[in-house]
Amino acid sequence: MIVLLGLLLGVIAGLFVQPTIPLWMQPYLPIAVVAALDAVFGGLRAWFEGIFNDRVFVVSFISNALIAALIVFLGDQLGVGGALSTGVVVVFGIRIFANVAAIRRHLFKA
Amino acid sequence: MNKVIRAVLHPRVSRSKILAAILCAGLGFALVVQVRVHARGENLESARPSDLVLILDNVTEESHRLTDELRELEATRQRLTFGSDRSRAALEETTKLARTLGILAGTVPAQGPGVELSITDPGARLTANDLLNTLQELRDAGAEVVQINDVRVVASTHFLDEEPGRIRIDDRPASSPYIFTAIGDPATLASALQIPGGVFSNLRDAGASGDLEQRRLVRIDAVVPGPAAPRLPGSPQ
Repeated sequence: MIVLLGLLLGVIAGLFVQPTIPLWMQPYLPIAVVAALDAVFGGLRAWFEGIFNDRVFVVSFISNALIAALIVFLGDQLGVGGALSTGVVVVFGIRIFANVAAIRRHLFKA
Repeated sequence: MNKVIRAVLHPRVSRSKILAAILCAGLGFALVVQVRVHARGENLESARPSDLVLILDNVTEESHRLTDELRELEATRQRLTFGSDRSRAALEETTKLARTLGILAGTVPAQGPGVELSITDPGARLTANDLLNTLQELRDAGAEVVQINDVRVVASTHFLDEEPGRIRIDDRPASSPYIFTAIGDPATLASALQIPGGVFSNLRDAGASGDLEQRRLVRIDAVVPGPAAPRLPGSPQ
């Protein structure tokens, strides 16, 4: 519950503060956001299955975002940044779909 | 569903839960910021360096071109408004324009660097299409003024197959050798005609042969009958 509250707070803060993103962060932020979303949905699914663990959630959240940004950074250095970001988004997209499907089964038993 | 309601009613607080909440707050924040930045259309900021270089190149080139044009126009305005010989400058400008338009319309002779292409067609197998293709190739390569035999080529010029070996160009009969005289960059025109699969190979396929000569100066004397060029005082004609 507190977690959801935090999410809501962040959204509200983002709506009101309107910061400018530093330039070096620009290519990585969207990817990191998608990665973190995957962690959140994964956590939600685990919670429904009764195996949610705060520590696992925190670690997976941070490592997901970091690794995703790292992959894009590496891709940029190798000159295939665009392709790799697409790859990362596809992978996390698939995972999010799988997690949401599991959540749906728990919520609606269907 | 019960689980959700229970969790909402009885939140359990622990340190790592708070940490998770903070992370989620960060996620929500980043999500909203990213969406807003994207919606504002600041896609230049997130473009990759190579794309930026390309965009910059285009913009710089465009700006150079516009600056040149601006300088030219300003000089013209300067001459027209402040020159002591104001009417003479205006006249010069108009004469120049009339001459340019006359060359485009084919009502005045022209000269300049160019090429002379003479096509001999011993088998009389060339058709109007072949001549048109040759002309188009010259035009694509930047030929500004073209004459075929004694016919000045203008926008309305047409080619008509009459009988084998006789082609009417603008209603005037023409036959081999067809001599194309074109004003334009000689090297560009020559290479355009000689590319593999281009005009010269087509001519060879049709049993004809082309002879190309690059000239520092070609004269195009043929004019189309049209409204007489206005006689302007001080005009070179």
